[in-house]
Amino acid sequence: MTTDTIAGTAVELDNEGFLANPAQWTEQMAVELARREGIDPLTERHWEVIRFMRQQYEDTGSGPNVRMLAKTSGIPIKELYQLFPKGPAKTAAKVAGIPKPRGCI
Amino acid sequence: MGETIEKVSIIISKGSLEGVYPGLIMANGARAEGIEANLFFTFFGLDAIHKDRLEHLKVAAVGNPGMHMASLVGVLPGMSAIATHMMEKKMEEHDIPGVPEFMEMIGDTGCRLYACKASVDLFGFTKDDFIDQVEDVITVGEFYGEAAGGQIIFT
Repeated sequence: MTTDTIAGTAVELDNEGFLANPAQWTEQMAVELARREGIDPLTERHWEVIRFMRQQYEDTGSGPNVRMLAKTSGIPIKELYQLFPKGPAKTAAKVAGIPKPRGCI
Repeated sequence: MGETIEKVSIIISKGSLEGVYPGLIMANGARAEGIEANLFFTFFGLDAIHKDRLEHLKVAAVGNPGMHMASLVGVLPGMSAIATHMMEKKMEEHDIPGVPEFMEMIGDTGCRLYACKASVDLFGFTKDDFIDQVEDVITVGEFYGEAAGGQIIFT
């Protein structure tokens, strides 16, 4: 755990840089978290994925893996990797301030 | 954060269902982590990318201690089909995609697929025998070139 200031707020991050407390997340933080992942600016399509991840987390308690994300959001896997080249589910979860999705597929 | 893996090249050399899945899962998982990934299919592993064969991969019922079944039973006609059916049913329950869907998904993640030239020549195949996701038929030397700077995993 490390403490960091994101968009003017002091937050705890785990050792992979995921927000320790998803309730602290704001849309301003997403912009800065995305920049740290090399995504700048966030397009409307990015936001669609981020909001979707957030919603899934609120509904189910965890974010989906890439395959489920594509299946349920309707955004094709190919496009997800164009939006988030460093791993769509992982990066989008980080930017959305939710825990890293677990699972092998 | 400690050291990270940036690139993996995974060799799939077996053509049984249980021989193919680990490599596919590792390659797909690598891409999900943002790790660059190559898949190199050699010898019987070529069945996994062969248009007419990838849908029909079977679990080995003989000589497979993991089946917990006497090999004498395994040689009975249809045992491999039964074992395969059971395995596929289990995978479906756990939402693991079948080989054709898995290949399509892996191609979409940006993982690159290659066939081994020596094996392709040996079995008398051509690039047209393989699914569209296969980028090229390459030599072992070219494979090492593609794998340069990363980890190599043999399955």
